[in-house]
Amino acid sequence: MIKILYFARLKESLAKTSEDFELPYAIFTIASLRTLLSSRGEAWNREFGEGGNLRAAINYDVAREDSVIKDGDEVAFFPPVTGG
Amino acid sequence: MPVRVQTEDFDAGAEISHLRQSRRDVGAIVSFIGQVRDINEGDDIAALTLEHYPGMTENALENIVSQAKQRWGVFEALVIHRVGTLQPTDQIVLVVVSGAHRSEAFAACEFIMDYLKTEAPFWKKEKTQAGERWVDAKSSDDAARNRWNQISNKGNR
Repeated sequence: MIKILYFARLKESLAKTSEDFELPYAIFTIASLRTLLSSRGEAWNREFGEGGNLRAAINYDVAREDSVIKDGDEVAFFPPVTGG
Repeated sequence: MPVRVQTEDFDAGAEISHLRQSRRDVGAIVSFIGQVRDINEGDDIAALTLEHYPGMTENALENIVSQAKQRWGVFEALVIHRVGTLQPTDQIVLVVVSGAHRSEAFAACEFIMDYLKTEAPFWKKEKTQAGERWVDAKSSDDAARNRWNQISNKGNR
C-alpha cells in the first residue's frame, strides 16, 4: 500500500486530496502510476495524460518518470510550483 | 532553524539584526522581501492564498540553502516563507544571507530566490473580482534558475 497526495489545482480538478493505493506490481514507476491514473476518467486523463503538466515526488523528494515506487512510499503529484 | 514555513508575519529587521550579530567576521548582509501585489495580469487582486506540501517544502528549502552556502561560502542563510491567506502589501517571503563580502552575499540571495520559485512546493491562488484562480508557473522563472548553471561562482556581476 502507498499513499498518493494531490495538491493545488490538481486536488480541486480531481476532487481528492489523498488516497491509499495498492501497487499492482512489485516494480512500479511514476510513469506507470501516471498511466494507470489517467485511465480513471476525463478529469484524470486531462491531468495525467499526454497533455498534462504535473510534477511528482516520492517521500518528499523530486521524482522522475522512471523513479521506482516501493510499498509504504508517499507519492505526491502537483502542478509546477508558484511560491516566492 | 535556517528555514521556516509559517502563517504568521515576520520581522525582517529583527532577523537581519540577529544574523548581523551572530558572528564578528560578517561584512555583508543581503536581504530580499517578496510581498503581495494588488494587481496581476491586469486584474485587481483582493487576496492571495498560499498552499504548500508540508515536509517536502522544508526539505527543498534546506537543500537550496545548503547549496547556496556551499557554492558561495556565505556564513548563514535564512528563509522564512508564509502560507495561508494574505492581503496586498503583506509580506510573503524573506531571505537573509550573511557573508564576508557583498558579491557572494548578493549572488547567494538571488540563487536562493530563483531556486525557491521553481523548486519549493508552494502554490498561489489569487482572489479577483471574477473569482479565484490558481497562478500559473512562469517560464521566465525557469530561465532565471537555469542561468545559474552557466554562471561562475565568483559572483554574477
